Amino acid sequence: MAKEHPVKIEAHDFNFHYGAKQALFNITLRIPERRVTAFIGPSGCGKSTFLRSINRMNDLIDGTRVDGHMMVDGTDVYDKEVDVVTLRRRIGMVFQKSIPFPKSIFENITYGLTLNEKISKTDLEEVVETSLRKSALWEEVKDRLHHSALGLSGGQQQRLCIARAVAINPEILLMDEPCSALDPISTGKVEELITELKDTYTIVLVTHNMQQAGRVSDFTGFFLMGSLIEFDRTRTIFTSPAKKETEDYITGRFG
Amino acid sequence: MIRNFTSTVSLNKRLLGFFAVLLATTAALSVVGIILGMFGTFLFNGGTGVTWTFLTEFPKNSNTEGGIFPALAGTTFLVLLMTILGVPIGTATAIYLTEFAKQDSWFARSVRFAVNTLAGVPSIVFGLFGVGFFIQFMGTNIDGALGTSSFGDGSLLWSAATLAVLTLPVVIVAVEESLKAVPRDLREASLALGATRWQTITKVVLPNSVTGILTGSILAVGRGAGEVAAILFVGVTYSSEVLPNAVTEKFMHLGYHLFVLSTQSPDVDKTLPLQYATTIVLLGLTFLLNLTAILIRSRLRKR
Repeated sequence: MAKEHPVKIEAHDFNFHYGAKQALFNITLRIPERRVTAFIGPSGCGKSTFLRSINRMNDLIDGTRVDGHMMVDGTDVYDKEVDVVTLRRRIGMVFQKSIPFPKSIFENITYGLTLNEKISKTDLEEVVETSLRKSALWEEVKDRLHHSALGLSGGQQQRLCIARAVAINPEILLMDEPCSALDPISTGKVEELITELKDTYTIVLVTHNMQQAGRVSDFTGFFLMGSLIEFDRTRTIFTSPAKKETEDYITGRFG
Repeated sequence: MIRNFTSTVSLNKRLLGFFAVLLATTAALSVVGIILGMFGTFLFNGGTGVTWTFLTEFPKNSNTEGGIFPALAGTTFLVLLMTILGVPIGTATAIYLTEFAKQDSWFARSVRFAVNTLAGVPSIVFGLFGVGFFIQFMGTNIDGALGTSSFGDGSLLWSAATLAVLTLPVVIVAVEESLKAVPRDLREASLALGATRWQTITKVVLPNSVTGILTGSILAVGRGAGEVAAILFVGVTYSSEVLPNAVTEKFMHLGYHLFVLSTQSPDVDKTLPLQYATTIVLLGLTFLLNLTAILIRSRLRKR
């Protein structure tokens, strides 16, 4: 399993609790670098919780608790030494709802960059263009960079959010059901984008859409009731899964 | 199958329903009636009294003639100073409650309980608190430390401070509401880009709730402008030849002026037109402030 690739993210006996309720049970897996890894499974199976544990977004929820290890580049992100803000700068995230800041397109993309450094206008302009090109949005918005991002269509907004995440030059991109609110055409564009971005970034994608996992991912993990049932090459998961639960889910017999 | 639509509800029940609607409508109408009646009475009796000179002149002849300028100015100074003192504290408290506090923590619950209790305290109690805490405790200590003698007495400053405390719940609730209206996703998006909590608050949350803070301030000003009982003992004066020159001086106030005109005047009947005119100005001021708050709020909702 993924032995030939360097590992970027590694979970080892990772457990997650919301108060008294345990949401993840002994998750152990290795996510390879510069590949697309998809997590599938029915609602509430823990796939989003796992994704949000990688950049510690769950820290924001009162009463959560983790044990076990979540390693990024060999460092446990829950280690006391780790600064969560620095961690999040290295990990971009795209959410289910495309939610641009109520600022201009330009300001949306430069938001992460200008938080801590003064960057010259020309450098910013360059980053904006590169990020927008990477997210296949440049041609559509290059003439209205200083207009409000809220004027964009849903699909454009989601690509803007990807551009915004890409702009901080992360190594990892976490995507939490990025297409669930998009129409098929926009979904197609985002999927194309994911395929292009995987040369540069380690992408972890949570999706409800099994076809999507099949189309864009190299590796797939199947979650069920807080446990990782199976993790393997996407091709293997979809053609000859080892576990009966995986096969039942893939073939639509439940979930 | 339904063959016709003859009602199967008995006559009694339909009559009952009819009277219930009639009663509710009458009640609602009477509320409108009371407001209109109130404004009508004052406008009819004192509408002609509100003139430019009335607004810009000092009172004459022991408040039996002349205008209300120092009271109008005093009220304005008072609410301005109150806003400067109270809104930052209220906003900071609201930020603490929505952004930093663990929602079910002992401390957050105590703060919320305190805010709710504060909102229910009779305003005269705030007045006494102002005397005991601001004038006698803080004022005396400041005087002792600075070697002055101006802080240990009622003044514009201590009145504004008292009113700031009184209007704190209004500000906190309004700002908290507007902070809560900022979608959680927006905060998460900012944090996920490597912003700290504080950066997220200043760059994303606060710009999205400026209108809420503004609404809170205006509501507080509206409440503070009409408040008399709370400032009775902390610096308001019934007559003044000059406007206050410093925040440590005493001041005149519209609401208190009305009280003085109607109870402390040598000739109460003679001041009746002045009373009505003052009431119109006071009502108009609070009405205008509330209207502004409502307009801002409706714009906020539309966005």
